[in-house]
Amino acid sequence: MAQMTMIQAITDAMRTELKNDENVLVFGEDVGKNGGVFRATEGLQKEFGEERVFDTPLAESGIGGLAIGLSLTGFRPVMEIQFFGFLFEVIDSVSGQAARQSFRTAGKLNAPITIRSPFGGGVATPEMHADSLEGIVASQPGIKVVIPSTPYDAKGLLISAIKDENPVVFLEHMKLYRSFRQEVPEEEYTIPLGKADVKREGSDITIIAYGAMVQESLKAAEALEKDGHSAEVVDLRTVQPLDVETIIASVEKTNRAIVVQEAQRQAGIAANVVSEIMERAVLSLEAPVLRVTAPDTVYPFAQGENTWLPNAADITETAKKVLDF
Amino acid sequence: MAAKKNAQFDPVNTLHEIEEKFDMFQILNEDGKIVNEEADPKLSDEELTELMERMVYTRILDQRSIALNRQGRLGFYAPTAGQEASQLASHYALEKDDFILPGYRDVPQLIFHGLPLHMAFLWSRGHYLGSDLAEGLNIFPPQIIIGAQYVQAAGVALGLQKRGKKNVVMTYTGDGGTSQGDFYEGINFAGAFRSPAIFVVQNNQYAISTPRSVQTAAKTLAQKGIAAGIPSILVDGMDPLAVYAATKDARERALNGDGPTLIETMCYRYGPHTMAGDDPTRYRTSDIDSEWEKRDPIVRFRTYLEAKNLWSEEKENEVIERAKQEIKDAIKQADQAPKQKVTDFLKIMYKGDMPYNVKEQFDIYTEKESK
Repeated sequence: MAQMTMIQAITDAMRTELKNDENVLVFGEDVGKNGGVFRATEGLQKEFGEERVFDTPLAESGIGGLAIGLSLTGFRPVMEIQFFGFLFEVIDSVSGQAARQSFRTAGKLNAPITIRSPFGGGVATPEMHADSLEGIVASQPGIKVVIPSTPYDAKGLLISAIKDENPVVFLEHMKLYRSFRQEVPEEEYTIPLGKADVKREGSDITIIAYGAMVQESLKAAEALEKDGHSAEVVDLRTVQPLDVETIIASVEKTNRAIVVQEAQRQAGIAANVVSEIMERAVLSLEAPVLRVTAPDTVYPFAQGENTWLPNAADITETAKKVLDF
Repeated sequence: MAAKKNAQFDPVNTLHEIEEKFDMFQILNEDGKIVNEEADPKLSDEELTELMERMVYTRILDQRSIALNRQGRLGFYAPTAGQEASQLASHYALEKDDFILPGYRDVPQLIFHGLPLHMAFLWSRGHYLGSDLAEGLNIFPPQIIIGAQYVQAAGVALGLQKRGKKNVVMTYTGDGGTSQGDFYEGINFAGAFRSPAIFVVQNNQYAISTPRSVQTAAKTLAQKGIAAGIPSILVDGMDPLAVYAATKDARERALNGDGPTLIETMCYRYGPHTMAGDDPTRYRTSDIDSEWEKRDPIVRFRTYLEAKNLWSEEKENEVIERAKQEIKDAIKQADQAPKQKVTDFLKIMYKGDMPYNVKEQFDIYTEKESK
């Protein structure tokens, strides 16, 4: 096993699938020679050639349409949207077209497309780069949305995404790209889509999070531990479809929950998670389920990020409110 | 400060020079006479007759579809009369394994590519089995989003190229479609990759009610292809021979590895945009209508074929009767389609295992629908 950062694990996942399946194609803006602006596709063009790993003209809708058309001729496109804030340029191809491919052809055609994109705050990008737009795509039936929080998960989930017969939006938090290393097997392995992971066991409260907020939640759990509270941290990993079984099992065990997301309160996934808990486990609850989110403003300019983004202290504080209810 | 006009720096002149180059390509004139002998694609007698049959059939299908729509027996319908040459003659240049990515008005091409008529009716009615495509039928269901098929066609074309297939993809949009971003992205991608795509712009003069003159400052729509670096041609879209010849030429170029072509077919839609409510008398006059009717593709092709002793009233009536009978049968067949169930919808939502939410709802609706 090798120690890998999340971005290395992502590259490794693409390398593995390019090797395993000749129908896999990797393309997008600057993914070829440059290896992607974050180097996620570093070395892949050299290894697999320009036929399979290639740069496209700069046009997101074109890239999305290209992926749909390629899938119609039997390919498995792994397309990159350079930054997820550019989603709006390609939203028709993603939500309006790829997502409905199976439905609109009575199940005859499908769009086995993986849509990779960096997103997430705390790295001082310009406007329209960091925004958490997962809620927009997750609200579209026909798409699966995956957001890994560790290198190990990223590789296993990305391989599953590429193998999946449906369009999968795979969001990579920029802050997690190189923030830590982890043991990652060099061979192929998969983590099923739609399965959450209990990242830390606990008995007093469940903290449900995804993406970079998993790391913040783990920090919060440690702080809570010092105060004598045992927090369980559930990493959703796939935000559409949700793993309600794991969520409910944890809530039924701890009887208290908070949901954490980097997105604004009115966006993201947290509201969905709360609804599922209310419908399925309300009688297990000893306290209302609270959310930790960013405020409902437009994503701030770079210097404002750190005052805006939710963090471990916010999570600890909210958890305490629920524990003290 | 205004720039001095000279040969080195005169962008206005450059534009005019390009625009002047776009003469309308025509082979068969309004009187049914060949006016461009050199370009005549020299179709065989059988081919000429078959193309005429398809156009007549489509005119009848249009008339019947409008009537059926008014009777409430069809759903969404976008009339095609006036566009027969543009639609059928361009399709006639394709082979069975070529792909078609149609706009919502391009149902006749799908039918002649192999989509059973009753399925076209089911699609119109909003039945999911209307797009339950047969294996090997290389089409997409009609696209509703203006221009989306253009970027997808670039992808199909690249796929065919990567597979080393001797096939092309043809996609259609209208004059309004050329204002969409996807139009530019699609032609630019296919041009950049030199992929085997044929982009047809059916300039039927109106995007619902917005006339071509309000759509763009460009003198022709064909010239928009020049910006993407791809061969582009303006064709008399009511001349079946010219449309066929231009498409055949584009197909050959695509198969030779010379990339995509843009074809603007100058035509006219006699009817409303769709049967869903727009009223053409609000935005055009009967004078304009009759002006265009003089150029009718079926009338001119009939004159041409009659002079060659390839067509007769009797023959045309045969086609009309056959069309009517087939339409009747197809409507009957469409009537027999099973009632749609929510469980059907849930089943086709995803490939493979149902996500938990879909599975839960599938169980709920299975129970509901069993009652």
